[in-house]
Amino acid sequence: MNARRGSASLLSSTRAELLRLGRWPALWVMLGAGMLLNILFGYVFNYMSYRTDSGSEINESMPPERVLQTLLPAGVPVTTVQGMPMFGGAILLILGALAVGSGFGWGTWKTVFTQGPSRASTYGGTMAALATVIVGLVAAVFVVNFGIATLICSAESQTLDWPPLSQVAQAFGAGLLIYGMWTTAGVLVGTLARSPALAVGLGMVWALAVENLLRGVANALEPLEVVTDVLPGTAAGSLAAALGAPTFSEDGTPGVLDAIGGGPAVLLLAVYTAAFALAAGLLIVRRDTA
Amino acid sequence: MTGTVVTTDGMTKRYGTHAAVDGVSLTVRRGEVYGFLGPNGAGKTTTLRMILGLMRPTSGGASVLGHRPGDPAATARIGALIEGPGFYPYLSGRNNLRVMARYQGLPDAAADAALERVNLAGRGRDAFRSYSLGMKQRLGVASALLGDPELLVLDEPTNGLDPAGMADMGRLVADLRAQGKTVLLSSHLLSEVQEICDRVGVISCGRLITESSVADIRGTRLLYVRAEPIDIALAVAMRVAGDDAVEYTGEGIRLRADATTAPEIARALVEEGVLLNELRICERTLEEVFFELTAAANASGPSGTSERMAH
Repeated sequence: MNARRGSASLLSSTRAELLRLGRWPALWVMLGAGMLLNILFGYVFNYMSYRTDSGSEINESMPPERVLQTLLPAGVPVTTVQGMPMFGGAILLILGALAVGSGFGWGTWKTVFTQGPSRASTYGGTMAALATVIVGLVAAVFVVNFGIATLICSAESQTLDWPPLSQVAQAFGAGLLIYGMWTTAGVLVGTLARSPALAVGLGMVWALAVENLLRGVANALEPLEVVTDVLPGTAAGSLAAALGAPTFSEDGTPGVLDAIGGGPAVLLLAVYTAAFALAAGLLIVRRDTA
Repeated sequence: MTGTVVTTDGMTKRYGTHAAVDGVSLTVRRGEVYGFLGPNGAGKTTTLRMILGLMRPTSGGASVLGHRPGDPAATARIGALIEGPGFYPYLSGRNNLRVMARYQGLPDAAADAALERVNLAGRGRDAFRSYSLGMKQRLGVASALLGDPELLVLDEPTNGLDPAGMADMGRLVADLRAQGKTVLLSSHLLSEVQEICDRVGVISCGRLITESSVADIRGTRLLYVRAEPIDIALAVAMRVAGDDAVEYTGEGIRLRADATTAPEIARALVEEGVLLNELRICERTLEEVFFELTAAANASGPSGTSERMAH
């Protein structure tokens, strides 16, 4: 009886959260920005450098033939996943932080907590709605990238080769895991800070500055490597590298690195996602709501 | 149906050494409109938050509709508006209500009906952020009405409303009582509470000073007499009402006596040949009682601070 009521509340909460997230202009701005970065860094700049044959800053050491391979449909899984650890991750972290943190300033959590469903159901609904957004985004990115790659393929009169389905599925799963981890990280800082601005600021400093600084220090101070190898960004970047994305140090995309193998990276990302989600959930359920 | 809907037992909320709410034990009965009165900062909202399960008491507890505060079995039967309406600023009023209706598993039509009920249907498609303070408040009340709850907890529901809006709110609360709902509302506006509440609880500096019916809390009525010559009038008044019940104010005589004493006083004065200029029954307003109660509590309270009330 309780379980049935709980799952009904979870479904109600998810429907409610999808309604308010779906009509949130900020959400579409963030998703649009993520898509634009993906297109620009994944295809537009590389294609321009290939066409002009000038060797851009981004891939000066890469021969033009290899550049073209990354732009064709067979290269979609790798090209899509390489932008996720840093650029995509940063945007998803902002999304998570804003989606949860804003409710404290608007006073909407307090309104929602008096509607009927338990706080756990309410939080579960928020996470389910965010998961739906992530699945939709990753799917959209793949569809758009396949579309662009097919256009380039026909423009360059190349034979149309598709990547193996298993590779697409792996890349899709990696995308979900990387985005899921960064989104729950955002949800946790949003919950801790109870303020969207502080949460976004702290999250950005961590994802873009602190992790890189720590890795820089670890290069000189080897014992620190034990720590930097298990950072969330390291796990995300290593998973992308494990799927074939060139690392930043090999003139690949910023955020991609080969600190750990694919297996440990998947495990770490899953643990981080679960831990962040659980910690945020416990805070939401137990803390006083002002 | 009779019985209690809300019972708190020594409910206390401390922040460090400061007690925002200090041992509040109140009882709200089924079907009544209960006014929770107190100056700003007295602990009204904190108490209501604990009753709704938004906050945990430091000590003491509460039972709401037979459950602990915040239990979904209780929350589903409560409609609440706490410390100003909290809604998504970018959504329209209607969509905000649709979100809350979905949380409750209600159809969208419930949102439209609630908007009608607070006269907001005409502006339902405008963004919440474009609403005036009074409209935001009405949307908050509409949200509290969703799902036809048994108990309504309304924190300062007339905040930001103009006189017409306040009158509407009074009618709405009266309607809810007529439907058998229980309403727990907080206010610092005594005049409105006086009109619509069955019972009141007065809180000051975190402590519940008194809890009783509006009629009881106003206590004994007063008679006011102006007559000449004053010395004979005073003697007559003392004979009828007793020495201790009579007070000369400089212009007239105030008697602590029931209204039924008025004809007797009038006849005695006339029989003594006194010229009776004025005789009227004075009822203490809740406001006067309130100031007496809170002043007394502040004087004896641990902090000794005196808070004045806005009105």
